[in-house]
Amino acid sequence: MSETDISSTGASRGSFRSYGAGFILSVLLTTAAFGLVMSGALPRSALLFGIFGAAVLQILVHLHYFLHLDASSAMRWNVLALVFTVLILVLFVGGTLWVISNLDYRMM
Amino acid sequence: MIATDASCISEASIEEFEASNAVANQALGFWLYLMSDLALFAAIFATYAVLGHNYAGGPTGRDLFHLPYAFGETMLLLFSSGTCGLAMLAMHDGRQGRVFTWLAVTFLLGLGFIVMEVNEFVTMIVGGSGPSRSAFLSAFFTLVGTHGIHVAFGLIWIAVMAGQVVIKGLTTPVQSRLMRLGMFWHFLDIVWVAVFTVVYLMGVLR
Repeated sequence: MSETDISSTGASRGSFRSYGAGFILSVLLTTAAFGLVMSGALPRSALLFGIFGAAVLQILVHLHYFLHLDASSAMRWNVLALVFTVLILVLFVGGTLWVISNLDYRMM
Repeated sequence: MIATDASCISEASIEEFEASNAVANQALGFWLYLMSDLALFAAIFATYAVLGHNYAGGPTGRDLFHLPYAFGETMLLLFSSGTCGLAMLAMHDGRQGRVFTWLAVTFLLGLGFIVMEVNEFVTMIVGGSGPSRSAFLSAFFTLVGTHGIHVAFGLIWIAVMAGQVVIKGLTTPVQSRLMRLGMFWHFLDIVWVAVFTVVYLMGVLR
């Protein structure tokens, strides 16, 4: 088996720069989220908004810098599969919470 | 003219094209598996979201979770994601020794994460806050434990790939497997971002 250059698959291979940028952004976002909650400086609703915002941003950072997802044609099917799975995820979690809270309300 | 161009494509370049095509297909197939795994985690997150408040008079997240400890676990996993990326870069440069070194570092960081998590679980169970204490704790151990089992299997995979890098060298199949291992490891870090936000940070806020 010869050593084919695997980057000819079309997907981005990433660089030291991109991994480094992703890593630093992730550390900052994680520290910000824990720091917000540990300091307790903000009211509860602002804290929730802050930590969920940081989580969503960090997930996007990981997808872009570590898993190299982008709008290129090589990644089209990966992105489509992800979008579909996020739809399933929202239906699962959102639907479950909706149904169960409804049930909870009616059984009270 | 066209016929001449076609005859210029050598056997070797066709083989190379098919090999790279196979690698791309394997990566896409593995991505689809990861997406189905994400659906599994979605179901467990939904369960946790429903049961997370049902303490049955037992301890709450505020009593059990120690944020600096969870922050330490998070950093271990995040650093292991970074070193995994360095292993991927070394692979693209064809530097076998470096791939092995970064895989070894990734393994140790991941092992540190698992040791911390097992320690946390044992402390909770010994302290009477095991999975049978309340619905909240059942859901907690299921969610965090499922992620932990994934990481443990990732560690086995890292060890196997480190062995393959040494024994087989950076052949195309080995590179293809390393790429999928990288996808798996980064995916687990993404799931952990959701875990520490929903379980630990929100658990302390409640």
